[in-house]
Amino acid sequence: MVESALVGWSRAQFALTAAYHWIFVPLTLGLAVIMAVMETLYVIKKDEFWKQTAKFWMKLFAINFAVGIATGIILEFEFGTNWSNYSWFVGDIFGAPLAIEGIFAFFMEATFFAVMFFGWEKISKKLHLASTWFVAIGSAISALWILIANSWMQHPVGMEFNPDTVRHEMVDFWALVLNPVAVSKFFHAVFSGWMTGAIFVIGISCWYLLKKRETRFALASIRVAAIVGIVGTFAVMLSGDSSGIHVGKYQPMKLAAAEGLEEGGTRAPFSIVPGVEIPGMLSILATHDIDGYVPGINNILEGYTTPDGDVYLSAEEKMEKGKIALAAFSDYTKLKEVDPQTAAKARQLLDENVEYFGYGYIESQEELVPNVPLIYWSFRVMVYFGSFLLLLMIVVLWMEWKGRLVNMKWLQWVSLLSIPLVYFCGQAGWIVAEAGRQPWTIEGLLPVKAAVSSVSVGAVQTTFFIFVAIFTLFLAIEMRIILKAIKQGPETEE
Amino acid sequence: MITYEFLQQYWWFLIALLGGLLVFLLFVQGGNALIFFAGKNEDQRQLIVNSTGRKWELTFTTLVTFGGAFFASFPLFYSTSFGGAYWVWILILITFVFQAVSYEFQSKAGNILGKKTFRIFLTLNGCLAPLLIGTAVGTFFTGSDFVVKKSAVGEIASPVISRWANEWHGLEAVTNPFNVEFGLMVMFLAVCLGALYMINNIDDKDLRANLRRSLMICFGGFLLMLVLVLVQFITMEGFAVDAEGVVTMEKGKYIHNLIQMPVVLIMFLLGAVLLVTGVVMTLIKKEFNRGVWITGPGAVLAVMAIFMIAGYNGTAYYPSIADIQCSLTLSNSCSSEFTLKTMAIVSLIIPFVVAYIAYFWHQMDKKSLTKEDLEKGEKY
Repeated sequence: MVESALVGWSRAQFALTAAYHWIFVPLTLGLAVIMAVMETLYVIKKDEFWKQTAKFWMKLFAINFAVGIATGIILEFEFGTNWSNYSWFVGDIFGAPLAIEGIFAFFMEATFFAVMFFGWEKISKKLHLASTWFVAIGSAISALWILIANSWMQHPVGMEFNPDTVRHEMVDFWALVLNPVAVSKFFHAVFSGWMTGAIFVIGISCWYLLKKRETRFALASIRVAAIVGIVGTFAVMLSGDSSGIHVGKYQPMKLAAAEGLEEGGTRAPFSIVPGVEIPGMLSILATHDIDGYVPGINNILEGYTTPDGDVYLSAEEKMEKGKIALAAFSDYTKLKEVDPQTAAKARQLLDENVEYFGYGYIESQEELVPNVPLIYWSFRVMVYFGSFLLLLMIVVLWMEWKGRLVNMKWLQWVSLLSIPLVYFCGQAGWIVAEAGRQPWTIEGLLPVKAAVSSVSVGAVQTTFFIFVAIFTLFLAIEMRIILKAIKQGPETEE
Repeated sequence: MITYEFLQQYWWFLIALLGGLLVFLLFVQGGNALIFFAGKNEDQRQLIVNSTGRKWELTFTTLVTFGGAFFASFPLFYSTSFGGAYWVWILILITFVFQAVSYEFQSKAGNILGKKTFRIFLTLNGCLAPLLIGTAVGTFFTGSDFVVKKSAVGEIASPVISRWANEWHGLEAVTNPFNVEFGLMVMFLAVCLGALYMINNIDDKDLRANLRRSLMICFGGFLLMLVLVLVQFITMEGFAVDAEGVVTMEKGKYIHNLIQMPVVLIMFLLGAVLLVTGVVMTLIKKEFNRGVWITGPGAVLAVMAIFMIAGYNGTAYYPSIADIQCSLTLSNSCSSEFTLKTMAIVSLIIPFVVAYIAYFWHQMDKKSLTKEDLEKGEKY
């Protein structure tokens, strides 16, 4: 019997690792581009100032990068240690992008990271610049493959269930790679990294302005970062828009939960905060049509028919079909050697109902509703803070352009204090994506309770608290070292 | 003709290759194990940290890719071993996690725990990681306590496929002397490789002398463990699997594998000869500093041969002692033919990856590391 406490603690451990990992990764993604642009300016302008500027941010990049690697390896292994059933049931599809990520991206990052840091005097200027860009590109490629894997969990495509091997098997690699969800998710996540890098650089640079030191360095850094950040944020908005369409289409429960929408319909409203709504806005966001139909939580549970006449089954019907699929699978497995004829019938029944296989494990329809307040508020944190940060970057860049930023203390303070906001944004986005998918590990295919490893609750609790202690310690040390390095400042000449 | 069976063998070859490269690259761990033993003063310790510190990401990445490749090609191993031998893999992970941050943190102002603590972390990872990985690989020959029942997926209340049959979740591996000897063998080999790498990579007369002394001691330990392991290889029963997938115990199976696969035998012997030659030449010729480039390839070949003995020629590579019919073989644990074929195409990029790593490695290490480099250049 799989205990619910085991599922809960296993989820908590994975969420903990993923959340910590996503503290360090977006900064890696964004800062890599910013420092690569700075080094490019050094090579073009032949101005030592830009080299020292790039080197300062590289120093902070390296401190952050190390912890990202540490948390990343745990995530990869946790698929096996804590989600062993998942690893077999969909490993045939899921393992491939993970291996490709290692071969294509990690070696690139590992090789060029060392060249970037220790190669200033050992290789030519241009080769060094290429190395820095390769670190940035390697980080993005790494994000690409892990997000392809994650998107497959949101919207599984390109596979078939094989009852003989008892797993889903890949039948179309390109469907996996070109999964529309993956394309949006990749741009959304990578460009949110650009935002993170930009806000980080702008905030710290403003601290120097407040302290009236390193002014040239600070203003130059702000200029580069704000441009990267603004470009990134617009890309985040565009990819977020297409993500909205995909969620509406493939994960309607997640969308309904993010809106707290119990009863849906056409001209569905968008909730600004509870009680304040924009009529029709949700329909526009989810379907690009004000008359588009968006189902609510109750509609999804009870079943619904869209105005176009498409019929969607109720939760009870899906659960029933799921139970039929599971029973047919068991019959097929038992009979295939001894009674091939009956086994063939069972196989047929399985094939007819395999789409609902995962629903067979669901015991009550309440399980199918994720944590609505958590998803609702996380979505709002992401969108509202993100919009504020875009506005902030535009104002900062404009004021810098006009030469007024250096005297605007309030704006410098706001920029500095906004650094945590970009992290809240990123964390909130992942909460929407992952907690919004519950109870599924893979949407509609495998619930978390059928994906978990058979280890004791005590073992997972123990490792959970070990990881809490380790990650918190690392975060504290990283922050302290970064603060010291900031205080010490760059080696640029003013 | 590219058959399903060929693809399974090909992917086991890649796993063996990655395993071999990983053991070679464990010179980073082996080098760190010597921080306090060969590094007699701050300068020497700093040289050691900065020498291994320029390569650690490659070892780390190879480990991650080894895991990823295993996941993609033999997912039932990933599922069974990682989910079952929980504590072994968690321990391995923890040592690597501490290593990952220690380089960057150890000499930075504000690092809370102090330089020495982070160097102790590096040393612990240096000793424990090869020991634990080696012990885990030892179970490829002695077996582990698990059962696999794929049809469990149909049981709504209890759908878990792989289950460990005891509460120790992998820690019980240390009760079998063979596993421990195997682990110690890998650990001593890693330290030998670390010493050889640094003798080549660091230009410091005193440190080189210390490293040669460490090399001699650890090579003795390695040879002792190697003999113990080989003797047991000859006498132990192995897990043979027939064409129907039925697993039986076979006396001397692993030696039979060596004899029946002459190419693997040659790889093993050539690997062993190179491995020993690099060490011996370094120990007897005081001016010879390039031993790592002889011992390293030797280690890669020998480790590859060991993986091939474990998986090829009708052998269950991850045997179960709870129910030998649950043992994992290449054919019952692998990915689908489509996935293996797709990943085989992806693997064609590997020579290109190796080539750019080799090019930049050469560019960066044309000149050995000196104290002066650390005074004027970038350092950890």
